[in-house]
Amino acid sequence: MKPAPFDYHAPETPAEAVGLLADLGDGAKVLAGGQSLVPMLALRLAVFDHLVDLRRVEGIRGIERHNGAVRIGSATTQATIERSEDVAAAVPLLARATPLIGHFQIRNRGTVGGSLAHADPAAEYPAVALALDAAMEVLSPAGTRSVPAADFFTGLWTTAVGDGDLLTAVTFPVWEGRCGFAVDEVARRHGDFALAGACVAVGLDGDGRVERCGIGLFGLGPVPLRARAAEAAAIGVAVEDIVPDELGRAATDDLSDVPADLHAPADYRRRVGAVTVARAWRRAVEEARGG
Amino acid sequence: MAEVPIGVRVNGTERRAAVEPRLTLADFLRDRCHLTGTHLGCEHGVCGACTVLLDGEAVRSCLVFAVQADGAEVTTIEGVAADGELSPVQAAFRDQHGLQCGFCTPGFVLSATAFLRDNPHPTDDEIRTGLSGNLCRCTGYQGILAAIRAAAGTAPG
Repeated sequence: MKPAPFDYHAPETPAEAVGLLADLGDGAKVLAGGQSLVPMLALRLAVFDHLVDLRRVEGIRGIERHNGAVRIGSATTQATIERSEDVAAAVPLLARATPLIGHFQIRNRGTVGGSLAHADPAAEYPAVALALDAAMEVLSPAGTRSVPAADFFTGLWTTAVGDGDLLTAVTFPVWEGRCGFAVDEVARRHGDFALAGACVAVGLDGDGRVERCGIGLFGLGPVPLRARAAEAAAIGVAVEDIVPDELGRAATDDLSDVPADLHAPADYRRRVGAVTVARAWRRAVEEARGG
Repeated sequence: MAEVPIGVRVNGTERRAAVEPRLTLADFLRDRCHLTGTHLGCEHGVCGACTVLLDGEAVRSCLVFAVQADGAEVTTIEGVAADGELSPVQAAFRDQHGLQCGFCTPGFVLSATAFLRDNPHPTDDEIRTGLSGNLCRCTGYQGILAAIRAAAGTAPG
């Protein structure tokens, strides 16, 4: 047995789960799909005295569409999201990012809440949540609070979910009108975490000007990022006047803290990031124009 | 650390045991059920050798704790052949030289079985994507691809 010993808890309600998490403190970790946590335990990169498994917890699975938003329970698997017609129709960016996560065997177990709470800076879902201004529902013994994606990712593998908190759902706004969405990434092998990648949501007004846009970056910093300056420069501009390659560079030129490791130095990642922004932007714009 | 009683239906047989929570489903199948056809390569979710069906879905059994499979149905490579006859996927692997040393084969067969159930007429690109979660260190991928095509009844393309 490779992981260090731990005590196992399988609560049945969200309230019971957060009660346990609050009592057990930082010696406890939530086990959802386990597709990131179990490898870390097997390699003993992480050791916890207690695992609180969500498998029996009721009310934290499923996809609901209402009031211009799609709410997804945190323990909903990536495979469920991949098969969901509601997600494909209402939150295309999320649907298109999903097949890029691991392999189908991983997505059968991995959950949306797990991806967001694990917050790997090279993962797709955190960047999608940022680009779309998703909102996280976090339960604690004191009650539920809503945390905007912009405030959620606080550091490397660190989020606003504290000890005694449980991420119970994430809500994605539905974009209406002339919109387009695309994800692009470069990974050394299919299913690997990307060296760098970008997701783009763009909405055009009746005159073909950029009315709104969200550009999420992953693999380009210690946290998933949003290219706010590049977005601001694009707003109000006629879409044919925006050169995608320039936008890509604008989104990545001023990044500090781009990771460097044996797979790629920081400069290379930055250049790859610029290319992925440009590619995703082109495809998103093409869709928004109805091309 | 307290042991936890579990019951898992493995290839149609109910298996009951008290297990340490850190025991993976893979180790449970191999060491407790003596079903050693589930192979362990990397033991951290990369190689796919330990793939089994958990309630019908292909999963890496090294990334599931046995306690998480309590109450579930598991199909291992030992449960794929019906009545002593190779399954269509197994037969296609034999016919198309889809295995060399055979270490990765149980994982490939289980992944392919689930993949073809959900996508009975895949394109070559879809087959490649579907197999990308399993590694063959003999690198006999062409034979494996041919086997999946044959099992699906699709022509090369």
